[in-house]
Amino acid sequence: MSTSHATGNTGSNTTISPGGLPSRRNTELAMLVFAVLIPVFAYANVGLAVNGEMPAGMLGYGLGLGLMAGVAHLVVRRFAPYADPLMLPIATLLNGLGLVLIWRLDQSERLALRGEGAAAPNQLMWSALGIALFLAVLVFLKDHRILQRYTYISMVVALVLLILPMFFPAVYGAKIWITIGGMSIQPGEFAKIIIAVFFAGYLMVKRDALALASRRFLGLYLPRGRDLGPILVIWALSVLILVFETDLGTSLLFFGLFVVMLYVATERTSWILFGLTLAVVGAVAVASFEPHVQSRVQDWLDPFHTVRETGDVNQPAAAMWAFGSGGILGAGLGQGHSDLIGFAAKSDYIFATVGEELGLTGVMAILLLYGLLVERGIRTALAARDPFGKLLAVGLSAAFAIQVFVVAGGVMALIPLTGMTMPFMAQGGSSVIANWALVAILLKISDTARRPAPAPAPSPDVEMTQVVRS
Amino acid sequence: MNKPLRRIAIFCGLLMVALMVRSNWIQFAQGDELRNDPKNRRVAIERYGQPRGNIIVDGKAITGSKETEGTDFKYKRTYKNGEMWAPVTGYASQAYGATQLESIYDGILTGDDDRLFFNRTIDMFTGKDQKGGNVVTTLDADVQKAGFEAMGDKKGAAVAINPETGAILGLVSTPSYDPSSFAGNSSKDVKAWSRLQKENNEDEPMLNRALRQTYPPGSTFKVVTAAAALESGMYDIDEKTDTPDPYRLPQSTTDLGNDGNHPCENASLRVAMQWSCNTVFAKISDELGNEKMIEYSERFGFNQEHFVPVRAVESVYPEDNRPQNAMAGIGQASNRATPLQMAMVAAAVANDGKMMEPYMMDQLVAPSLNVVEEHKPRELGEVASAENAQKLQQMMETVVEKGTGTPAQIDGVTVGGKTGTAQHGENNEKNPYAWFISYAKTSDGSTPIAVAVVIESADVLRDDIAGSKLAAPVAKAMMEAALDGRR
Repeated sequence: MSTSHATGNTGSNTTISPGGLPSRRNTELAMLVFAVLIPVFAYANVGLAVNGEMPAGMLGYGLGLGLMAGVAHLVVRRFAPYADPLMLPIATLLNGLGLVLIWRLDQSERLALRGEGAAAPNQLMWSALGIALFLAVLVFLKDHRILQRYTYISMVVALVLLILPMFFPAVYGAKIWITIGGMSIQPGEFAKIIIAVFFAGYLMVKRDALALASRRFLGLYLPRGRDLGPILVIWALSVLILVFETDLGTSLLFFGLFVVMLYVATERTSWILFGLTLAVVGAVAVASFEPHVQSRVQDWLDPFHTVRETGDVNQPAAAMWAFGSGGILGAGLGQGHSDLIGFAAKSDYIFATVGEELGLTGVMAILLLYGLLVERGIRTALAARDPFGKLLAVGLSAAFAIQVFVVAGGVMALIPLTGMTMPFMAQGGSSVIANWALVAILLKISDTARRPAPAPAPSPDVEMTQVVRS
Repeated sequence: MNKPLRRIAIFCGLLMVALMVRSNWIQFAQGDELRNDPKNRRVAIERYGQPRGNIIVDGKAITGSKETEGTDFKYKRTYKNGEMWAPVTGYASQAYGATQLESIYDGILTGDDDRLFFNRTIDMFTGKDQKGGNVVTTLDADVQKAGFEAMGDKKGAAVAINPETGAILGLVSTPSYDPSSFAGNSSKDVKAWSRLQKENNEDEPMLNRALRQTYPPGSTFKVVTAAAALESGMYDIDEKTDTPDPYRLPQSTTDLGNDGNHPCENASLRVAMQWSCNTVFAKISDELGNEKMIEYSERFGFNQEHFVPVRAVESVYPEDNRPQNAMAGIGQASNRATPLQMAMVAAAVANDGKMMEPYMMDQLVAPSLNVVEEHKPRELGEVASAENAQKLQQMMETVVEKGTGTPAQIDGVTVGGKTGTAQHGENNEKNPYAWFISYAKTSDGSTPIAVAVVIESADVLRDDIAGSKLAAPVAKAMMEAALDGRR
């Protein structure tokens, strides 16, 4: 996969030069047809497997998904005609499949006995809201560079969003929720986008200082003490989130995001080494006294230790069995027993249902879709003409990639499990809405990047872009 | 800025590759292991997902399957006349797993056995549910029923074997249990199971006394001692033995006497067997010595486990000192035997000294009715020469004709037998075990059945407990059932 991208990237240099690029809107439309049809067939498949008949909501679901995708396509055609043609179909497909998987788990008697009601109708509503936000971003965000103006406001908003959950009671051991009037919001999902905006704006201004003023030590360029300030602040914040909200995932996500963006902005490898060292030190230090994190680490090292010691089947063990039982081709939609995972089967553990019912084949396909979406995002960063756009695009893409890695890796026991949602697929309104907004911003950046004759922007960045262009 | 961007692209690609490698590892490399992990509930769900194959006796199924409600285990096992057949079938419970035939042939019964691969493949392509095969047993429903009913409320076991083939015809153990009562997975099943456990039920209904319990064999062991005597060449059937009455045990000051007032002094083997003279057989055992006695008992199958194919525990004839070895010759010392073992003794004698391997699985049949596996009778060895075996038969027939075993007589049929009454408990204060082993021979010279019966304790006066009164009628009922089936 990486090789194909390396070659692809070499070719992508040409996309930077302005010229008559095809808009690829018809490609997008054709892909969207598949992105709608595949989940509709999957939906029929579940209905036939579980109840032996075509599901009653088939027509409504198909029309609904088709309509949302159609409207999204038309708006992209109108407001971002040169946008990347693959992102919208991939997001639609992932969201559509997620809805099918959630509906499939709604059919489970086991989960119903646990008192879990139907989640698919709500999720459909959240998806619609997500697409509405997607459309709003496309329509009202004339140019992504406008976001640059809100650099420091973004910082404040992001900090507030991150700190807010501390004042709300923990839900299932993690303080990542705020509850307002019976509605739960996961602010971390939105903070992810907003903080990327802040980092992009901040680093665009500071990158020269960070990159050039450094001391050579043991063959490495080390940053000056005062330039270390921001990274230490972010690191401290991540550790604080980890300690007070016991949220390993969000902490990892923000720190990873910052290191990636810092590296891109400064081109200094030393930042990565620095970041990794700090991350390891922070993680080990917290793990040494935080029992919540310790038990996660133990489950990661040996997912079956609880089963062996007490005979109770816990989620990590149940998830491993779900993946293993799926094998290469999977049990078939509606025919697995991933509902044995019980709690969070529809949210954090949704990927285990992919593993069991669609098998290794399905898991690989879904991972490829995520990978493709991420690489399209980074390609957008490569093609972008302004450093802010580059930084924002790579930040959002990397955040997305890290999130997928953290969730899927946690569920598959590749890394310790953290409570995060699989973008677009997992049950949860905040996640699906935020990720649609994320894709909308990426589309907007790619539209600007691929637009044939760039309008002479009044932005002061143009000159900088000239300097930076490699 | 593009160089670090490309590196980030590669880094993100590597994250995805790491996930893909991991999913290959857990779904492909470790897939089978995780899928078949016995603690993985899917294993049990699949196992109970379709009706189980049946265990067959006389062409009729003694087991069944029925759909359950309110659990993800769709089918559970049922048993017809479960108490009577439990020692044969064992159990297959959703909550407690399977034992005996249910466990040994689990693969055939669920359809998972490799030999049923072709059937499974066909079912898969024709869209049918997987089906299990059947286990056809050698048991005879009439013999089993006769034995089970004759045992009644008494605690004990009875084993019937066809001496010519080794086929097990009856396998009774009482008190028994109904494996249907805990075949499911509900709280009711848990309660039923708990009531049957040793700690809650002193009768130990789940103990398979026919195969898994050893008893002091008492006087029935005299048949083995007599076989050893004849085979050693030092004795003959009608030759007088030089035996005092009472007989003082070697290296001891204890005198061994005989029950009742019978001509045991210097009695020949035939007479000694007829009246079950302790003195004669204890002296023979002593004269042959511990080593020889072990050798001859092992010919009958002592000191080893037998698999029929359900495991039967080892019957023992251990190394011991002289007085104990002398007592072992009358089955009253450290030697112990399962009912199966004593049935094998009777069967080997009846079959002119040739011991057939006991078995109760006749055929394994695929759902398509193809025979997957079939048992062929196999000779385990010769316990005695044909000539000596016939002398043993004469002795045992004398016992039934005019000795201690007269209650086992059957009109028009030659019956050979041996009674036994084994003392047990400290100072023999507990009710003794009543034994009877026998065989029946029809006029055409064939021997369709050999039986061993043991009754642990019945609430009767101890004088009255001799094997002939309690155990012989059970053996007789089983032999008659087998003979009736032949006519």
